[in-house]
Formats: sequence, structure tokens, C-alpha cells
Amino acid sequence: MTISVEDVRTSRKVLAEMDYTPAKIDKGYAGQSLYVNLSEARIEPKTVTQEMKDIFTGGKGFGLRYLWQAVTPDTKWNDPENEIVISAGPIGGITQYPGSGKSLVVTLSPTTGSVIDSNVGGYFGPYLKFSGWDALELQGKSDKDVVLYIDGDKGKVTLEEIELETGASHLISEVLTEAFAESEEDKQHISVVSTGSGADNTLIGMLNFSWYDPRRQVVRMKQAGRGGIGTVFRDKKLKALVVRFSGLTGKNNNPADFGKIQRAGVKIHREINKFDDVQCRMRQVGTANLMTVMNDYDLLPVMNFKYGSHPEGKKISTEVFISKFTQNVYDGCWYGCSMSCCKAVDGFELKTGPFKGEKVVVDGPEYENAAALGSNWGIFDPDFIIEANFYCDTYGIDTISTGTMVAFIMECYEKGILNKEITGGLELNFGNKEAAMELLHQLGQGKGFGKIAGLAIRRMKKVFAEEYGADSNFLQDIGMEAKGLEYSEYLSKESLAQQGGFGLANKGPQHDEAWLIFMDMVNNQIPTFEDKAEALHYFPMFRTWFGLQGLCKLPWNDIEPEGNKQLEEANKVPEHVQNYVDIYNGVTGKNIDKEELIRQSERVYNFQRVFNLRLGFGRREHDRVPYRSQGPVTAEEYESRQERYDGQLKELGFDIEGMSTEDKMKVMRKHREDMYEKLIDAVYLRRGWTNDGVPKLETLKALGIDFPEVVDVVKKHL
Amino acid sequence: MKIVGKNEEECILCGTCEAVCSEYYFKEDNREKSAIQVSEIDEDPGVDINVCNQCGECIRFCPVLALSRAKSGTVILNKKKCIACFNCVGACPTESMFYHEDAVNPFKCIACARCTKECPTEAIFMEEVEL
Ligand code: SF4
Ligand code: SF4
Ligand code: SF4
Repeated sequence: MTISVEDVRTSRKVLAEMDYTPAKIDKGYAGQSLYVNLSEARIEPKTVTQEMKDIFTGGKGFGLRYLWQAVTPDTKWNDPENEIVISAGPIGGITQYPGSGKSLVVTLSPTTGSVIDSNVGGYFGPYLKFSGWDALELQGKSDKDVVLYIDGDKGKVTLEEIELETGASHLISEVLTEAFAESEEDKQHISVVSTGSGADNTLIGMLNFSWYDPRRQVVRMKQAGRGGIGTVFRDKKLKALVVRFSGLTGKNNNPADFGKIQRAGVKIHREINKFDDVQCRMRQVGTANLMTVMNDYDLLPVMNFKYGSHPEGKKISTEVFISKFTQNVYDGCWYGCSMSCCKAVDGFELKTGPFKGEKVVVDGPEYENAAALGSNWGIFDPDFIIEANFYCDTYGIDTISTGTMVAFIMECYEKGILNKEITGGLELNFGNKEAAMELLHQLGQGKGFGKIAGLAIRRMKKVFAEEYGADSNFLQDIGMEAKGLEYSEYLSKESLAQQGGFGLANKGPQHDEAWLIFMDMVNNQIPTFEDKAEALHYFPMFRTWFGLQGLCKLPWNDIEPEGNKQLEEANKVPEHVQNYVDIYNGVTGKNIDKEELIRQSERVYNFQRVFNLRLGFGRREHDRVPYRSQGPVTAEEYESRQERYDGQLKELGFDIEGMSTEDKMKVMRKHREDMYEKLIDAVYLRRGWTNDGVPKLETLKALGIDFPEVVDVVKKHL
Repeated sequence: MKIVGKNEEECILCGTCEAVCSEYYFKEDNREKSAIQVSEIDEDPGVDINVCNQCGECIRFCPVLALSRAKSGTVILNKKKCIACFNCVGACPTESMFYHEDAVNPFKCIACARCTKECPTEAIFMEEVEL
């Protein structure tokens, strides 16, 4: 499976090229974007209009705007006109504030059929911008595997054929970094976007964005994981994107007020240095700091989200991962991230699969991965999780979807919906490590039962019902997907607000829009429907803003300034909101306040909702969620938390004396489902949408996105 | 290894050291651009002299390996490599890595001894310490 740098260098064959003079960045914008048509091998620059900047801001906003222009209401993910758009946003690429190097990736998803967006680290987005491009649009389909190379130093874009006979993303990143770097020093100036064989073989392919770690002297990767973007990438016959830019100074955005950004940066760097060790410990263990907390609060998905904790949870606790991760090194996914959460396991010896026996550096596992590939499968073995994490990454498949859908398969297996005959001999009980790992390899290599599993839950439900006679209502209840996207790894059963956070998310149930569990369930800070609706307005809008700017969410509230807890709006972390206003103004020279910040997001958020509508989704029926996310589907779940559930029923005034578990579950379900509907009513109202979830004309008008093409879409549903 | 030693009791806050440092490295007399900064404080002895003690804590926080120890032991910043992230500023336990909005990169004491030679009271002096 090894490929040599020499082979790569000598096999390069240029299919198309374009010389250009890299645009000078002005206050965060290059003012140009790069369009590549893969069907025609055509490369062109485009001008970024003032309207783009004013209405769509950047990042995900640019992605949505370009994608809207590229597709029709009938476009499917594998039609040539579908695009993958990558953009960093105006703040993206500053080095002074932690978490400022994200790339936003937008496309039509194979699993949801609608728009998907992903926020990813690695150096690609900032280097792309500093090479002169605010966004990269990839449209069309090549007939052979191609690599796109953007040399921001030389001002040259080439579309090339390169022999890369491997389906292992980590090798592709490595060999391309070496082949395109002119020296050891130059490796830091390269970033590669690639995926692996799993993206050819499943609908949940993801993209790895690389950077070179000069301490470990290895190429590392972060993932644009959700919604099958890697599958679209391979469908276009893209093998990799490479960017090279060597002129990083820290002022490449040509900011309007460097001092403002510098002061905000130093302030938060000092905060992190002082408090991280006693707050989240991001620098020691990254997001895996949540492992113990989630297990303690009954929120860690166990066995397909049936339970929220497990006695064996301690085997994969925060402390266990601290002991696995290399400590005291800089671990940022972009320069200057003092939060440094991208922990790695160094020198990990693989026990299975094509790289068995090799020692590798494994990025992560982050919290999501540890829950997805561990507890949710009933597996409490950190080394198993690390190995599964490595293979998901190099096969190019999304850890979250992999975790949630294999958990679903395991429950179907235990329920007798699936059996050994169907799975080709795999005994997919919860906790069976060998079988689970084998299924992962099958997914990555497109073999055996992996071919069915790789369709993801929504399509699997159909197959299981139609071909194996499963009860489709039961599958709907336990299959943890909504809108066609697998749930990310939090138990939302006891938090109505979080049920909404998942169910109402534009792209599908990913926690990046709203994570309200503690606010709602633990601290009881948003008791009424109105409170919850306000939270389900503010937080999704606030968090959308990170995606417009090229920012990471984590330094917002995974570190808190001194005294934050005492503030009335502690959950918003007001001082950090002000930092964001400052760095935005510092880069762009504008003078926004925290209200305008939210409006920037509202424009793009509502535009995305209308985009969903345009593609045939985006109404109330599409915000439905599986009952497993709301309450106990089975008697075993109910009875495992009987005291809690009985208590709740009594509080609601039910006389449960003499009621069977089944009866209790029925009344509980009715109640919880009603609550969810009431929540949705309140949220739609707060967002300025109709009762069917359609943005009202006055809402669009107030936001200045009432373009004729947008109004046309909405009018059909009013 | 040589560091700038200090005896805060002797300091009369004349600002000579700051002027010498900023004049030499920034060509202007501006205490905010000095790698040694003296200030009045409430606690005893009433003066704080802030200057790098070459502890090296900042080195591991630099994403691009721009910080290192010179042969002499002094912690030095390679401006060619530095990408102005200020992580080192945030990491310094004594806040002795300085920054200024006119300067892209942070700056610190490199134990050149210029300031100590000019101090009228021997509040600062060169001192040999174990690495
Ligand atoms: S907090 Fe973590 S994910 Fe976010 S930018 Fe920093 S290193 Fe990357
Ligand atoms: S700048 Fe601070 S952290 Fe770095 S060597 Fe000097 S005192 Fe130590
Ligand atoms: S400011 Fe420069 S020297 Fe300091 S940590 Fe950042 S890159 Fe390194």
C-alpha cells in the first residue's frame, strides 16, 4: 500500500492550468473565488461581490450562496452540477485568537438529499485565502482521478493526474505533503484535503484536512465529517486538493486594527493558561474531557442511545484518555490555538486491518468518537476506540455516523431483525469487538455486510423493512437519524430543549447548533417553552456565526473568564462575545455590535432553511425526530430508570398504581411527543416562521434576503 | 546562564533601563516597547521589575518552534519563523513576554546586559544562574 514520493513526482500529468496574481487580502477578504469545473477541466477566477460580503459574510454563507446558484430544485448529490464549496470566512486565518483557522465545507448530501455543512480544522481554508481565494467551488465530474493543486506562492492552479494507488487517506496526505514541499521546512506550508476508500464505498464519506506537525514531524488531519461530503468528493473523482502557501506572518488578513485583535488574543491566551487546567482540561485531553461527565450525568450514549451511562464507563473515562494522549505539546489545528485540543496518541500499534503491526499517530479520539465507537457499541476499551478512530479517518468515513449506525445495526441484530446469515457471519451483538472492527473494515473496503451498512440508517431502515420484514415503526423509533443524518453522541431524552436542538438543526441532528442539556436539564435555567424557544433561537444563531467567520466554537465556552459564572447571562459568556465583536471589527474595520452579529447569522440561517425548502425539505414534517431521542422505546429502557420515569408520571398527575410498564410507556410517550410539538410551535414563532416551519416573508424582508428567487420558493408554502 | 537579576528594593523607578532597551531595539524611547518594564505596585517593596528570567516555559507553546534556547542558555525568538500568535505571551508565568500593536512579533529580554550597565542604583544586574 505504500506509494513513493518519487512516483508521485514523476507521475504528475497536468490536465489544465491557470496562472494568476494572488489578490492582496483587504480586511479579511481576497475579493476573488476560484471556480473549477471537473467535467471540462476548466479553472476560472470569479469576483466576490459586495452583496456576497454584506449578506452572506463568508465561510458557510459563501458556500450556501454558491451552491444555491449551482443547483436546481431537482439536483441530486451525484449530479454533476452539485458543488463542494470550501471557504474560510473573513476572520479565518488570523493567528492571534484561538480557534481561527477553520474551513467551512458545503455540498448536497448523499444521506439527507439536502444541504450539509461541516466546520473543519487543518490549514487548507486559511492557506486558500492567503493564496488569493475567499472560496473554492468544485463542480462537475472528472472521468479519471484528479488532484487540484493551488500554489499560492507561484500563483498557479493546476488540475493534474497523479498516480496515487491507495485508498488510505493518511498516506495520501503524507505523500502529497512530501512531494509538493520543497524542503522539510516547507512541509508546514502545505495542506492536503483527501479521503479514503470508505468514501467510494459508503454514503458517509468525509474529508480529511491536513497540517504538518513540526514537533512530531508527521502529517496530521482533521475531519469535515458530517453528511457524506467525502462521498461527493469521490463521486467527482477528486483524489485530493493541495494548497501551498509559505508567506504566513500573522497579518496576512491585512486587518483594519491589528491592536484590537492582539489585545483580545492575549487576554484569552492568558485566561486559558490560567484556568484550563481547572476547567475543561482541553489542553490535556481535548473534548474527551466530557467522557466522565457524560457518564456521570446519564448522557453518554450507551448501546444505541438506550442508556446514558454504564458501570464500565470508567474504563473509558477522561483520566484514561489523558494517560493515552501525549501531554505538554502544542496541539492546535491552526496556528495560535492556545486551546490546543487536538490531542494525539503517538506510536500506537495497530492490531487489525491493512496496517496491522504498524505504529501510527492517531488524532483524537475526541469525545464524539469515543462515545460513537465505544460506549454506543457497548464497548469500553480505549485501545479499541483508538484503533477504530484511526481506521475511520484513513478510510475516510465519518466517525459519528459510523458509530450511530453500527449501534443501530447491533440493536437490530440483538432484536433478531438481522442474523448471521444476513450479516455474512458477523455476530453483531453489543460489545462484540471483533465483529464491530470487522464491520468497520468492511465499510472502509466496500465488502460484505459493509455494503448495506454503508447506506446509512435512513436507507437501511427501508432495506430491513422491505427485505427482512422488520416492523418499520420500531425501526423509526430506534434508528437515530433525522433528516437522513445520524445523531451525534448525546442523550437528549431528559432534555426537551436538546431534543429541539437536534431536531430543528438545519442540516440534521448535529450538536453544533445548540447544546442545551446542562442549561435545561441539569441547571433548570430555561423552564418555560418561551425560555427554551429563546435559547433555540439565540444559540443556533450565535453558533452559526462561527461558520461564517472560519472560527472554532470551542474557545467560546470551553474556557470561561473569571467571574463569568456570576453573570446573569453566564451561558452566553458575554466577555467572549465581546471578544468576537472586537476581532471581527479588528479584521474588517466595520463597527458591528453583538446584535448585528446575530443578524449576520440570521440571514444565512434563514437562507439555509429556504434552501432546504427549495430542495423539497425544510418543513415541520422534516423536523420530526425518532422517539429514542425523546424517551424510552423499550421496556428494558423504562425499567432501567423506573424510579425516574415513575416519578415523572406521578408528578404529571398519573395514578400509576397497577399500571404495566407498557401502559406507563404509552402515556409517557404521548406526553413527551406533545411537549415536543409545543416546543416546535414556540421556536417557529420566535424565529419568525409559520407553523409549518417556513420563514415568513416579513422575516426575510427584515433580514434583507427577500431576493425574488428566495421569495418564489417560500411563496409556494405560505 | 546569564539573566538579568533584580533587586527591587533598590529601584527608584527612573525608567533608564526601559529607555535603553526600547531605544536599542525599537529606536524610540517608549517603555511599552521595552523588554524590561518597571512599575509601582501596592505590595512591598513598592516596585515590580518585570523581565524575563529565561525559564523557558514559553518554548513548548510555540506552534512553529520559533522559540529556542541559544547556546548561552538564553531563550530567543526567531522572528523569521514567528507567526505572531502570542501564545508565548499568554504562557509566560511572569508576563515577561511583551507585545505592542506596532510590532508584529512579541519581544523579550535576551540578556544583552545593556540596561544593567546604565542602571544608576544596581537594582538590575547580570546574574549567573543554573539552567
Ligand atoms: S480548540 Fe481545538 S478544534 Fe478548536 S481550533 Fe483549537 S485546536 Fe482546533
Ligand atoms: S519569556 Fe517568560 S516564559 Fe519565556 S523564558 Fe522568559 S520568563 Fe520564561
Ligand atoms: S508569537 Fe511567535 S514566538 Fe510566540 S508562540 Fe507565537 S509564533 Fe511562537
